[in-house]
Amino acid sequence: MNIHNPLGGVELRALEIVRELKTLEGPLLPILHALHHEFGHIPQSVLPLIAKELNLSRAEVYGVLTFYHDFREDPAGRHVLKLCRAEACQSIGGEAFCNSVREALGIDWHETTPDGRVTLEPVFCLGLCSCAPAAMLDGELIGRADLAAVKAALAEAGR
Amino acid sequence: MSIKIYVPRDSAAVALGANHLAKALQYAIASEGHDAIIVRNGSRGMHWLETLIEVETPEGRIAYGPVKAKDVEPLIEAGLLEGKSGHPLYLGPTEDIPFLKNQTRLTFARCGVIDPLSLTDYEAHGGLKGLRSALAMHAADIVKEVTDSGLRGRGGAGFPTGVKWNTVLHAKASQKYIVCNADEGDSATFADRMIMEGDPFVLIEGMAIAGLATGATKGYIFTRSEYPLAIEVFNKAITIAREAGILGSSVLGSHHAFDMELRVGAGAYVCGEETSLLNALEGKRGVVRSKPPLPALEGLFGKPTVVNNVISLASVPIILDEGAEYYRDFGMGRSRGTIPIQIAGNARHTGLYETAFGLTLGEIVEGIGGGTATGRPIKAAQVGGPLGAFFPPSMFDTPFDYEAFAARGGLIGHAGITVFDDSADMLKMARFAFEFCAVESCGKCTPCRIGSTRGVEVMDKIAAGIEPKKSLDLVTDLCNTMKFGSLCALGGFTPYPVMSAITHFPDDFVGSTKLEAAE
Ligand SMILES: Cc1cc2nc3c(=O)[nH]c(=O)nc-3n(C[C@H](O)[C@H](O)[C@H](O)COP(=O)(O)O)c2cc1C
Ligand code: SF4
Ligand code: FES
Ligand code: FES
Repeated sequence: MNIHNPLGGVELRALEIVRELKTLEGPLLPILHALHHEFGHIPQSVLPLIAKELNLSRAEVYGVLTFYHDFREDPAGRHVLKLCRAEACQSIGGEAFCNSVREALGIDWHETTPDGRVTLEPVFCLGLCSCAPAAMLDGELIGRADLAAVKAALAEAGR
Repeated sequence: MSIKIYVPRDSAAVALGANHLAKALQYAIASEGHDAIIVRNGSRGMHWLETLIEVETPEGRIAYGPVKAKDVEPLIEAGLLEGKSGHPLYLGPTEDIPFLKNQTRLTFARCGVIDPLSLTDYEAHGGLKGLRSALAMHAADIVKEVTDSGLRGRGGAGFPTGVKWNTVLHAKASQKYIVCNADEGDSATFADRMIMEGDPFVLIEGMAIAGLATGATKGYIFTRSEYPLAIEVFNKAITIAREAGILGSSVLGSHHAFDMELRVGAGAYVCGEETSLLNALEGKRGVVRSKPPLPALEGLFGKPTVVNNVISLASVPIILDEGAEYYRDFGMGRSRGTIPIQIAGNARHTGLYETAFGLTLGEIVEGIGGGTATGRPIKAAQVGGPLGAFFPPSMFDTPFDYEAFAARGGLIGHAGITVFDDSADMLKMARFAFEFCAVESCGKCTPCRIGSTRGVEVMDKIAAGIEPKKSLDLVTDLCNTMKFGSLCALGGFTPYPVMSAITHFPDDFVGSTKLEAAE
């Protein structure tokens, strides 16, 4: 994007967010979190603007963005379902649980259902290892999870 | 006075329906006109009984669990509000449940007992006494107290906390920092999360004491995005503490300043490594820094920095309150005080058990944990998270002690234990250890970045029965390269789970004979 072009709505809103947070010590992660929260992903078009405001190169900002698994560069489905793949969950049927969900949704890790409803992400531990297997749908926690519990949560979450 | 009913708001309880339950209970109380209020507490740590609710009675708190929303009506009919015993979910006085009764709760003394965001509750249960003692002491004396207590870092490496603080105290700088490592990424661990959700003020108090002891006026707590409830509760606690004058330009009215901020990671296990964490806080890629310089001398933004785990810092207030000797008198060998053991995975009694060092692994997983949840024989216990070794039952006589575990080719780490039954496939677990390392590597060292991916491939070969003997030799070589050629413990310790699986469970690594025949 050429920074001299007039800024669109997304970029203007992004600029507001960046300017609000840039006075923090070490502001980049809080800024990326706030942008991610606002837009559901980090649009390419805001990178030059972050770089300019923080006096960094675009490559530096992009390097940080891509280092952390949480930040996505493209929008997710309307719901994000995270399933724990770590050891404690595996010890009590986690793999079979994950496979059953993948099969039921017809998608693999990092994919989104064709109707754009659910994105499936692996996660390594949700701190629910004492009530495993564990899952999280849009921030809602599910302990001793099974396919039925995930289906119920999805039904409650709506389309 | 209204009857108090405690319904935990701990993530584990919420994941098992505590919020639905609280709503149903609130509805029943209101519609039936009972004089009762609901308090959202932390968890007592008996997670197999969650949601465990408690009713305050003249005879003490009475527990019921595991309770679901649908149990509310029958429970009230059976006399829940009077703490009666008529219902099958009745567990009796909470403090008499053996799992809880036999613990030594120092760090977790208030967790699950109080309303986590009530400073009144906090002080009524001994809170702020440590900070008040510290305010009356010289910095060097606070450090000495912590050193004398024998407290070692609970984040994994077991480094003496007082020694680290002493380095920061004597470093000359215009600004110093206290950084609390709340990145808790190890599978099987949730102690940090439970403190942040169940007794956040103890951590704030511990960080403030660390500030007084070292001359640091600013604190950061860095936690993971996977912990939304902990983030919410802890941010509220910081605000409350600031309003009450515990944090700010004058800590409890003294001439000392200390304030703090919570920061959230973005899904990178390696950010739990202290220097990677500092880079993340600075807004950089979370790559590991080479040491020296030590963070204690050149840490956050190049300034002297204490980096301590949540449990290390949350154990400081009781040490300052009761004295170094009190704390040091618990434990064995060079492992002093108590350790919150987290029993996870396929165990019957899962949860958090705080006790002095020294119990054997068998006493923990078979005794306290009650064996497997599935009722099948235990095959292995992994101690210390994804970088910890798998222990077979023949080694369950190992005492819970830093040195004893090291001597057996393992580590205590953050004291999480995953129990596996006999259906576990240790080749799969060894493959997973490599895969996890490959996904989470910060990319700085070749053995870690490339070796882990190679490890996955070789494990697949063994599984397919392709030259299993040769492949196993290759894995052993690979592990040696990773062990000695990695900058941090992610690459350096991945060999622990891999080699312990191969050594103790050789039968799982012979490969599929059927496939071998077809080759
Ligand atoms: C890959 C890796 C992950 C780590 N994760 C954590 C963690 O989540 N929490 C933690 O306190 N320490 C973690 N550590 C250890 C820290 O580097 C550091 O030793 C610790 O925070 C120091 O605090 P303590 O002395 O109070 O234990 C990790 C280390 C490595 C190599
Ligand atoms: S061992 Fe792995 S995670 Fe650690 S510094 Fe090297 S590449 Fe990074
Ligand atoms: S291992 Fe799955 S929640 Fe911790
Ligand atoms: S583990 Fe989540 S950011 Fe470090």
